Amino acid sequence: MVGGCTVKNFLTTEDLTREDLTRLLDTADGMVSLLQRDIAKAPALRGKTVASLFFEPSTRTRLSFEKAAKALSADTVSFAAAASSLSKGESLKDTVLTVQALGVDLMVVRHKAIGAPGRVAEWVDVPVINAGDGAHQHPTQALLDSLTLRQHFGTLDGVRIGIVGDIRHSRVARSGVYAFSTLGATVTLVAPPTLLPIAGEDWPAETTSEFDAVLTDLDAVYLLRVQTERGGASVFPSLREYTARFGLTAERFGRLKPDAVVLHPGPMIRGVEIDAVVADDPRALVLDQVRNGVAARMAVLYHLLGGDGDA
Amino acid sequence: MPDFLFRNGTVLTSDGPTQADVVVSGDRIVAIGPAGDAHEHGSDARELRCDGMWIGPGFVDIHTHLREPGQQYKEDIESGSQAAAAGGYTAMLAMPNTEPPIDSGHLVRYVLDRGRQVGLVDVAVAGCVTAERAGKRLAHLDDLWAAGARVFTDDGDVVADAGLLRRAMEYLAQLGGVLSQHAIDPGLARHGHMHEGAVASALGMYAIPAAAETIVVARDLELVRMTGCSYHVQHLSAAATIPLLAAAKEEGLPVTAEVTPHHLAFTDEEVITTDPVFKMMPPLRAEADRAGLVEGLRSGVIDAVATDHAPHADHEKDVPFEDAPNGVIGLEWAAAVVNEVVGLEPVRFFEAMSVRPAAIARLDGQGQWLRPGGPAHITVFDPAGVTIGERSRSKSRNSPYLGRRYAGAVRYTMYAGELTFQESGVPA
Repeated sequence: MVGGCTVKNFLTTEDLTREDLTRLLDTADGMVSLLQRDIAKAPALRGKTVASLFFEPSTRTRLSFEKAAKALSADTVSFAAAASSLSKGESLKDTVLTVQALGVDLMVVRHKAIGAPGRVAEWVDVPVINAGDGAHQHPTQALLDSLTLRQHFGTLDGVRIGIVGDIRHSRVARSGVYAFSTLGATVTLVAPPTLLPIAGEDWPAETTSEFDAVLTDLDAVYLLRVQTERGGASVFPSLREYTARFGLTAERFGRLKPDAVVLHPGPMIRGVEIDAVVADDPRALVLDQVRNGVAARMAVLYHLLGGDGDA
Repeated sequence: MPDFLFRNGTVLTSDGPTQADVVVSGDRIVAIGPAGDAHEHGSDARELRCDGMWIGPGFVDIHTHLREPGQQYKEDIESGSQAAAAGGYTAMLAMPNTEPPIDSGHLVRYVLDRGRQVGLVDVAVAGCVTAERAGKRLAHLDDLWAAGARVFTDDGDVVADAGLLRRAMEYLAQLGGVLSQHAIDPGLARHGHMHEGAVASALGMYAIPAAAETIVVARDLELVRMTGCSYHVQHLSAAATIPLLAAAKEEGLPVTAEVTPHHLAFTDEEVITTDPVFKMMPPLRAEADRAGLVEGLRSGVIDAVATDHAPHADHEKDVPFEDAPNGVIGLEWAAAVVNEVVGLEPVRFFEAMSVRPAAIARLDGQGQWLRPGGPAHITVFDPAGVTIGERSRSKSRNSPYLGRRYAGAVRYTMYAGELTFQESGVPA
């Protein structure tokens, strides 16, 4: 998508090359610096309008995109499904065509249905960013995670990342696996059998249900929230058993390599997948991820809206 | 006085295929003779050239959603009949998942009456197995039977309760009806939108394993042994189901099966686009399943092709995949798709498209090898023709065939001695 800008949307990490990702991360590094200035604002997208269309509830991703757009001087319009004409029965297609007719330059779309941002991209003429579609992809999350890991380790080459939790129903895992492995990391997926991907032979990752067996090899532990709202209740026997086998307890944290770090996309459920002591440790990079989310999204907006030269 | 002369094609007769002319007078075939002789029956008959073509019994679709009553914005009996005639069909079996569902005799009579009024094909209709198609208690099976229903199904939903299904099969065995099963285990299928495999894994989509079908058929075959009821498996999708059917047939159980053109032509790889035109139930499965279905149809373990023609309006399909309803239309392209993908010789082709489906659905007068004195339900198929998926006569456009080309074309459809379709551009 970057480079020649032949693809105008940002929908999945699956088809991004190492060059695409590296260039976005380099741009994001610049955005991190920009955000640390006294006046954390650049005029790059002045006169452009970014629409945030969140058909599914979101706090951090929506705020992050709006902050990113404003930091580049874009105007923003936003939309919350509950307060929209969708609740009157308007279709997704009519909704996005209406938004396009209002005059916007880019749409950020979150939807519970897999492929919905891709469908929207077929219907409208402006670039579309996938801000999460069901259990499929959340590519800007993978970008901000890659940025966070690259800041910490200098490179993702050779970094061993264990993603732990509900892999099967996780868009964070799906987008992360492709981005991390494309950037040279080794990825291991850790989950009970019912939460590992079905027919996941094509995934660029190892899988295991023995967290303790791989724990000491890992440079980064990426914890996923246990998603009880996606049918989690019936896919493992109990939360207590989950925590015992797959939670990052203080005891397990103590066995990690001394320089290993912990990531989590949020929201964290303390006491289930992550112990409170671990969540508050300096080696937990959760708030760095949130900060980097703004920079990563600025980088994507900047490239898709044809910004060139310095931001 | 003869009305039509089908000139010089491969005629599928009760004595096998033969190069001949077919003469039609009124609603009957009056003569089948060596090419060139039949015209002596009369010189004013309309002559239809059939060089290189197959002349056989009109196609019979035993799985059609005509959406009437209740959902005429998708399709109605008239538009569905027009699409059927254009696809070479002279009979179809309408599915009972209408609004209201066809669960009592007066609704059967309504559909049959509408079909006769339109008069382009024989329209039969299946009755529900359970009242309101709700899977809780038996529908009025006697009443449905008396009104003319011979096939019984809750299509769109499986009859999941084995005890209820057993009672339905005991009842139908005594009447002589057919239990037609939408064989998908609801527990394994729960939340699922597509085939469980690598594509679903990459998309993160809840999926339905092939075993959801095989398990239901395995269970139901035990009930066939218990009850002796004729049992038909709808829209087969999993290769693993085929050996069960082969063994049951070997054993002599009254078991039949159908396959759709789309399960013969496509796999779950198509779903990577999340285009809802590839969303149907059962879902498109893996290449090994598709290849197994092709072989099963060739060998005859799978008896019949059935379209599962399932019209939906544009606004219903122009949504994200998971939000879209199941089903695609296909009456107009089924024969060409089967010809291209499976490549059957003419006897097996007409067996699968006409003779066996008519027998399965007890459609008297349909699916009969051509013979003097027989009904003039005739389809002429040109294996050298080309069918291009274009505008449909259906009210809906939800078809994966639109914009594609398939080898083979229906040239003429004759229903009860009347031409109901001739390919445009064919000299009359």
